[in-house]
Amino acid sequence: MSNMQELIIKKATDLLTDNTVDRVIGWKKGEFVFDPSPAIFNSVDELKDFVYNPFCGANLSKYLIAECKKGGKIAVFLKACDTYSFNQLLTEKRIKKEMIVPVLVQCDGMLDISKIKTEETGAVLDVKDDGDKITVVSPYGDKVIAKADALLVKCETCKGFANVDGAEKIEVGESTLPQGDRFDMVKKLEAMSEEERFAFWKGELSKCIRCNACRNVCPACSCTKCVFDNVNSGVESKANADSVEEQMFHIIRAFHVTGRCTDCGECSRVCPQHIPLHLINRKFIKDANTLYGEYQAGEVVDSKTPLTSYTEKDLDPTVAVNTEGVRNA
Amino acid sequence: MQEVTENKNYVPTIVAFCCNWCSYAGADLAGTSRLEYPANVKIIRVPCSCRVNPMFVLKAFQRGADGVIICGCHPGDCHYMTGNYYARRRMSLLFNFLNYLGIEKERTRVEWVSAAEGAKFSAVMNDFAKTINALGENKRLQDLRVKEDK
Repeated sequence: MSNMQELIIKKATDLLTDNTVDRVIGWKKGEFVFDPSPAIFNSVDELKDFVYNPFCGANLSKYLIAECKKGGKIAVFLKACDTYSFNQLLTEKRIKKEMIVPVLVQCDGMLDISKIKTEETGAVLDVKDDGDKITVVSPYGDKVIAKADALLVKCETCKGFANVDGAEKIEVGESTLPQGDRFDMVKKLEAMSEEERFAFWKGELSKCIRCNACRNVCPACSCTKCVFDNVNSGVESKANADSVEEQMFHIIRAFHVTGRCTDCGECSRVCPQHIPLHLINRKFIKDANTLYGEYQAGEVVDSKTPLTSYTEKDLDPTVAVNTEGVRNA
Repeated sequence: MQEVTENKNYVPTIVAFCCNWCSYAGADLAGTSRLEYPANVKIIRVPCSCRVNPMFVLKAFQRGADGVIICGCHPGDCHYMTGNYYARRRMSLLFNFLNYLGIEKERTRVEWVSAAEGAKFSAVMNDFAKTINALGENKRLQDLRVKEDK
């Protein structure tokens, strides 16, 4: 991974020195090893703070929307899951292809600090990546844990890279990520009774503090004016008054990105309350797949999403809801 | 002195979004044909079934509806050619999702009623009201503040 960092910084330096690009979007060193944040690097000097470690889970593609409005040329580093968001934003004409130099970077799975920092470890001083295992350095000594147990939810089932037109790829060796069924948990929930499901979601969604982090980080959620910012909506800039408001926010948020959600998992990653938001998006993806055919947003630029197309043979909603094939498929 | 008796009969509130070109006219025909359908069905006229935003459905529930039904032209007969095809996909996903959150799937429905189907409109509404009556109050998706008697 550290080798990757050198290669990426070298690439960024080259691009900035020969004036191929005016600025680079990357990850900047934070106060701790586990909190790098997305940043814009305008010069080679600034690159000394550039970092690429197993905590660079942030998807940089959304930052391109704002950067493209400023003009100039921009280089961006994209991990496997970020490539889908990048393609989807190109499809939606939110970013301009000719202004961007995309560079694909190998990712061996990003880590979730909330799975690493426990009462036993206390403060985390450093985390070393040794392939299958990671070493957590803390004031109470080192602790070795399996990497698979500390991965971000999105990395537990990696989709791999989407095809990005004309992008260079930086890689060292083979990336190995667990290949699981991403709909596992959705299926488990579907098998529960209505009462159990309601209790589960009430428990999860009532934790929501309406910080809007899930909305702000989402590459698909990029309207300049959001329905939840409407002062007349009754839901703007306020905490939830009761369960229906929590449900409404999350249903509408997920529904607005249905068919465009690439399942990049950013919503779950940033949620300060650890609400499994990906389970909401994945349900919509799973249903759309079952009812309207397999579709992965961002896989192919300019593809039609399930909600912007139709066939005459689609099932009626009442039939679709009652189809066991949909609920248990 | 006359005894005060409380009426404890539960009457559900049903919101019906009806497309202006077919179902709304269907409701009209049901009325002029003297066909009966429950008075607690509140009809909201929309230009097309695809005008129904998922937020409308949720807001209706929040404001005290016990059931929401969306009526549109038969697929293929949309006044705007394709509106109901899109509505069909959207509502399929929304209703499935509401069920996933633990909301009874019987509380939401989509029916296609043409302007000539007054009898169907009345039959659909009677059947839906019966279903909702059996289900009882919608407690899972409503704002507690809108119900007076709790």
